[in-house]
Amino acid sequence: MAMNCNAKDEVDGGPPCAPGGAAKTRRPDNTAFKQQRLPAWQPILTAGTVLPTFFIVGLIFIPIGIGIFVTSNNIREIEIDYTGTEPSSPCNKCLSPNVTSCFCTINFTLEKAFEGNVFMYYGLSNFYQNHRRYVKSRDDSQLNGDSSALLNPSKECEPYRRNEDLPIAPCGAIANSMFNDTLELFLVSNESDPTPTPIPLKRKGIAWWTDKHVKFRNPSGGGTLEERFKGTTKPVNWLKPVYMLDSDEENNGFINEDFIVWMRTAALPTFRKLYRLIERSNDLHPTLPAGQYYLNITYNYPVHSFDGRKRMILSTISWMGGKNPFLGIAYITVGSISFLLGVVLLVINHKYRNSRNTADT
Amino acid sequence: MSLSEKQSKDRKNGGENERLLQANNRNLTTSFGYPDNTIKTSKYNALNFLPMNLFEQFQRLANAYFLILVFLQTIPQISPLASYTTVIPLTVVLSITAVKDAIDDMKRHQNDNQVNNRPVLLLANGRMEEDKWMNVQVGDIIKLKNNQPVTADILLLSSSEPYGLAYIETAELDGETNLKVKQAISVTSDLEDNLELLSAFDGEVKCDPPNNKLDKFTGILTYKGQQYLLGHDKLLLRGCVIRHTEWCYGLVVYTGPDTKLMQNSGKSTFKRTHIDRLVNVLVLWIFLLLVIICFIIAVGHSIWQSKIGYYFQSFLPWEDYISSSVVSAALIYWSYFIILNTMVPISLYISVEIIRLGNSFYINWDRKMFYAPMNTPAQARTTTLNEELGQVKYVFSDKTGTLTQNIMMFHKCSIHGEVYGNSHGKVGAKVPDSEKEKVDFSYNKLASPNFAFYDSTLVEAVRRGDKWVRLFFLSLSLCHTVIPEEKVEGELVYQAQSPDEGALVTAARNFGFVFRSRTSETITVVEMGVTRVYQVLAILDFSNVRKRMSVIVRTPEDQLMLFCKGADTIICELLHSSCTDLNNMTMEHLDDFATEGLRTLMVAYRELDAAFFQSWSHKHSAAYWSLEDRENKLSVVYEEIEKDLMLLGATAIEDKLQDAVLETIVTLNKAKIKIWVLTGDKQETAVNIAYSCNIFEDEMDEVFMVQGKNYETICQELRTARAKMKPESLLESDPTSVPLLAKPKTPSVVPDEVPSGTYGLVINGDSLACALEEDLELELLQAACMCKGVICCRMTPLQKAQVVELVKRYKKGVTLAIGDGANDVSMIKAAHIGVGISGREGMQAMLNSDFSFSQFHYLQRLLLVHGRWSYNRICKFLSYFFYKNFTFTLVHVWYAFFNGFSAQTVYDSWFITCFNLIYTSLPVLGLSLFDQDVNDTWSLCFPELYEAGQHNLFFNKKKFMNCLIHGIYSSFVLFFVSVGTIHNSERSDGKDISDFQTFSLIVQTSLMCVVTMQIAMKTAYWTLMSHLFIWGSLGFYFCMLFFLYSDGLCLMFPRIFHFLGVARTSLNQTQLWLSIFLSTILCIIPAVGYMFLKPLFYPVSVDKVFDIIRHCMKFPLPPPVPVRLKHSNFRRSAYAFSHQHGFGALITSGKTTKSKQKKKNSCSLKI
Repeated sequence: MAMNCNAKDEVDGGPPCAPGGAAKTRRPDNTAFKQQRLPAWQPILTAGTVLPTFFIVGLIFIPIGIGIFVTSNNIREIEIDYTGTEPSSPCNKCLSPNVTSCFCTINFTLEKAFEGNVFMYYGLSNFYQNHRRYVKSRDDSQLNGDSSALLNPSKECEPYRRNEDLPIAPCGAIANSMFNDTLELFLVSNESDPTPTPIPLKRKGIAWWTDKHVKFRNPSGGGTLEERFKGTTKPVNWLKPVYMLDSDEENNGFINEDFIVWMRTAALPTFRKLYRLIERSNDLHPTLPAGQYYLNITYNYPVHSFDGRKRMILSTISWMGGKNPFLGIAYITVGSISFLLGVVLLVINHKYRNSRNTADT
Repeated sequence: MSLSEKQSKDRKNGGENERLLQANNRNLTTSFGYPDNTIKTSKYNALNFLPMNLFEQFQRLANAYFLILVFLQTIPQISPLASYTTVIPLTVVLSITAVKDAIDDMKRHQNDNQVNNRPVLLLANGRMEEDKWMNVQVGDIIKLKNNQPVTADILLLSSSEPYGLAYIETAELDGETNLKVKQAISVTSDLEDNLELLSAFDGEVKCDPPNNKLDKFTGILTYKGQQYLLGHDKLLLRGCVIRHTEWCYGLVVYTGPDTKLMQNSGKSTFKRTHIDRLVNVLVLWIFLLLVIICFIIAVGHSIWQSKIGYYFQSFLPWEDYISSSVVSAALIYWSYFIILNTMVPISLYISVEIIRLGNSFYINWDRKMFYAPMNTPAQARTTTLNEELGQVKYVFSDKTGTLTQNIMMFHKCSIHGEVYGNSHGKVGAKVPDSEKEKVDFSYNKLASPNFAFYDSTLVEAVRRGDKWVRLFFLSLSLCHTVIPEEKVEGELVYQAQSPDEGALVTAARNFGFVFRSRTSETITVVEMGVTRVYQVLAILDFSNVRKRMSVIVRTPEDQLMLFCKGADTIICELLHSSCTDLNNMTMEHLDDFATEGLRTLMVAYRELDAAFFQSWSHKHSAAYWSLEDRENKLSVVYEEIEKDLMLLGATAIEDKLQDAVLETIVTLNKAKIKIWVLTGDKQETAVNIAYSCNIFEDEMDEVFMVQGKNYETICQELRTARAKMKPESLLESDPTSVPLLAKPKTPSVVPDEVPSGTYGLVINGDSLACALEEDLELELLQAACMCKGVICCRMTPLQKAQVVELVKRYKKGVTLAIGDGANDVSMIKAAHIGVGISGREGMQAMLNSDFSFSQFHYLQRLLLVHGRWSYNRICKFLSYFFYKNFTFTLVHVWYAFFNGFSAQTVYDSWFITCFNLIYTSLPVLGLSLFDQDVNDTWSLCFPELYEAGQHNLFFNKKKFMNCLIHGIYSSFVLFFVSVGTIHNSERSDGKDISDFQTFSLIVQTSLMCVVTMQIAMKTAYWTLMSHLFIWGSLGFYFCMLFFLYSDGLCLMFPRIFHFLGVARTSLNQTQLWLSIFLSTILCIIPAVGYMFLKPLFYPVSVDKVFDIIRHCMKFPLPPPVPVRLKHSNFRRSAYAFSHQHGFGALITSGKTTKSKQKKKNSCSLKI
């Protein structure tokens, strides 16, 4: 039989498994991992598991959606546009570029009282706070009170980095374009009493805690705030320097809350920012009773040039934030669709499985 | 020398018309510029590694693309992302690849060095000097000793054997293990080992330029004014091994890269998988998509800039260099190009490499592919082809050593109407060899220990002295052309031209008729311990036409006997009328043997009358010495004496198949894999094996034989075959004939055709060469591809590669070549996947293969289990990866419409850096390393599952479009649900929620949840690791969030980390979570619906199999019925001889008998 398997020397080196000798076996280890036998759970997508999922999603989503929707609808919200582009608007006069300091007043009526804490927002439209070059035009190091960054702001701030050879504090396009209208709210108590009651507006507590206490810090050092900002100049558009934003030391300089709120750039070109808090005074009276109000505006902020709009919003709040019907509607829709889909799939499955089974048998 | 100048010029021009050389004249060689004997398979050296490797790597489209991105990102005006986001990953990717390449090349260097530094004896200055292989040059004379590999292609000058014979083994070259004889021309063989004469030898050789034809060599030797013709039987080729030849001298003709071995080895090309190519195409698509998106956005930006941006300048003035909105748009175009580059993530390529590496390790680790007797585990030598294992459509297999063990076993015999070798009598109830009792041959001291026989009745018959049995074995021990070798007393080694012959002689030896030695006139046989010398009067040699051989001997009793063995069809015609009954009985036995797939021979004898022989002998010598038409005359003379034979019996030899070959082929057939056998062996054996391992079946409608020698006949044969299989395929209107008629220059894909019924095709090498050269290749391919099995025999290594190339070129499927010998190397290299059987025939095949193991039947596991898993995994990986990155990236596009197309990213830049690299890499790696749809047992039970890969159902352009659409949808959902949530909305304490950072956070977190849910849905096999990776990554994301947004980190680097406190401020908001939940569900629902509906509306065959498997898992099947191994009832006798002429002529001319051996023989006689 085997004739030619005699002493046949390998021409190219020996085989890897030179037989003979106590060569140790090269048998691979018998571990579950190496043999790909790891214990595993193997879920299978069948009608029995998929169809219930659709119904369950429907059953969960619809109640949640209704809950959110009702909550959102219970929120009181009023929005007043005071851009003044319409000639009839009281603020129309402020659009002319010649007017430097302009005041206007807008009347409005609350049909129903606003209970609980009321929040006052200003809203801007068509304002591209999310433009890439705008977003990056800031120096977080400077805003954190870093003294070297204060005098030598980041290049990202260009062209609002230096003005007349002095570093700008705070530098950058965001800070430079800070919203600087002043809004005041008055309640006209009743027809007989012409003297309006000013509504107390709280200017503190409107910024994120982390922003106010961690991210934004005034430059360190002794002396007054003004001394600490020595060697810098105000942003070009600003009327007054950063250390004169507020009289309250805790709300002045970089930690001025209006400034902090502004510096938290919006994600979309239409946005609103918290302006003031109207805290509930006591349980008996609603915070803002129904009635006549007027809004006093110191109109400084130009948006007309780029078709921007300015609004003032008053709103109450619920457990899930302000008025936003989107989530409620979305949940109800998705829930219904899922439920419907479940029904459709059930029918299809029934028909197809049956026909296939009959075809098979 | 003007000639030499011309020659060297030719060589420089790349074309060498003929080679000219002179022995012992190196100057001539130098002037011609022939290469030395160094071989170089390595690619780099220390100096050029870096530039060359980088150059090669940047030829990869993706790498070049990322390089451009890096440059783009260094331009601050357009870069929205820091350049390190690309530089770091690119560096990592490049260096990993470079290290891998370096290690590979080091190995090649080592191999080259080892070969180049082997010692060889070189004739220099009248002495033999030891030198290194690489220093051998054309024209040198070298000395080779027994069992040494041949250094270069050399012209045999002289040898230790008489008549200048040298025996070589060519296994490394063509896979044939039998010995071949080379003979030096007489004028040089006279030089012998006389160094003076050899040094003075100044013969000039003019021969062919280097070529790859192994069996062709023509040259003229001019020596002392005389010219001698040289043929290929004078040339020893590199890669052969000298056997049974003490020494020989040779003149080096071809060296190093010019040798036939190297010329045949083919270029080693870098193999790419189909998926690789598909991914490249897809990357190109994505790139185009990117260009289009960027263009649209740039236009949008230009409009925005002139409508709004221009007026917004009071708050955001334009940069100095922006002169108009168009300039700005041009810059924005590139900015978006950078932002959206994550659509083609750089980690794609490195992840694919890692996955393939992991899956290769599984192959190395598989215990079920470990062959204990040889201590060899399976080995994935190329780690980049795994998924292609799951797509194989054509398997090209070598025969010898791959399908068969190349071991011939004397299995059964029929002697004078009696069958021996049926262990325990019953046919069908096959008892495994290990359980049967081996026959004890201890009475015979000269028995071969390797021989096994299981029927003791035969031994008993021999020992009893049964006349017929004795005569039978005597004839086996006399009638052959085997050359014995007895190095150690009593240890006989036979050198046979075909293993069959060897098996027969060994059988006779073991039963007590030991063929001990031979001279040109005598054969010495030890008959049951008694040494008898038979005088050989004539050897009537084998030829393909005669299909038989005979010897005429004079017994010690002075009796004239003729012994004959040959194909049954021939022998039965020559029998004496008296043994008709016996003949009929033997024929029945032969039928039984054939049923078992055994190779059969008939044995007969004739007692000759002295006078008759005398007269015949005269005719014989007349014919022998005739100059014209010798062959024919001889065979006429032979026929005169080979008649009226008395039948002795028949032998049955088993060409042992490798273990489980049959089952493997049945399984592979079920998986719709077509198996082609490409063998160097002759047609009869190949066909026989094809039947016995089920490549051909008895139920086949027809097996076509293509044997034509010219264009017309081959074409006719092929067309007839096609007409039978599918008549309409010959019509011109048939779509498949179009490429035939058009004869395109560029390869086109020939579609598959379904024939009516099952057919087989056999084609031999000569016809194939003709078909391949004469534009018949498409005809051939069409006919062959319609057949279930194709056998190509008498193939040269290059032809094997050509056949593979042919299929590769015109068919879409993946080809796999499997072989074990050096003759399979070119085919292994040519095929998409090369598999080497690491076994008997040297290492060449294994060294050049992509995967190697030691048993053919591991192939089914490699393909059906590892291949299929790898394919599934890589497909799941790709579709998930593309989906993930589309979802991730396209959100930016939606956002562009809301931020003035200003290239503002939605995400925190750290999220962008980490998303692919950290947050999502582990789950997807886990998926693609651990996932299995069904386990290995089911994969092997249902080979039908394999079809999905062959048709590439799991990842193709359509699937990619699905991913794209799903990605667009998901990004849309992610973006707009988040926008809806924050638009004009506040936190529950009235503060701002609509800021950019919170928005980023919502989108990021939703994305992470969506992506995690998607991978959870894709995962079919939840191991502990999967849970850890998937949920762990999500958890890790949140940890990273709190870390990246922590006070400490942000305060330390306020200019790098901007998102201070966003996580803790916003993650406690209900609406944020409601939004995330909504996005996740919205993205998942369509995917679930699709997964549910698709098998219902568009079921593919695989889905049905899955249904069955699920059913079986619940209700276990009865154990599978084993495949019944059945053979047909009609006989297919394979004539078990070498295809070449035997040694007969040599033996009778007395050339093989050494004078030394004679002495030895006489010694042994005395004993």
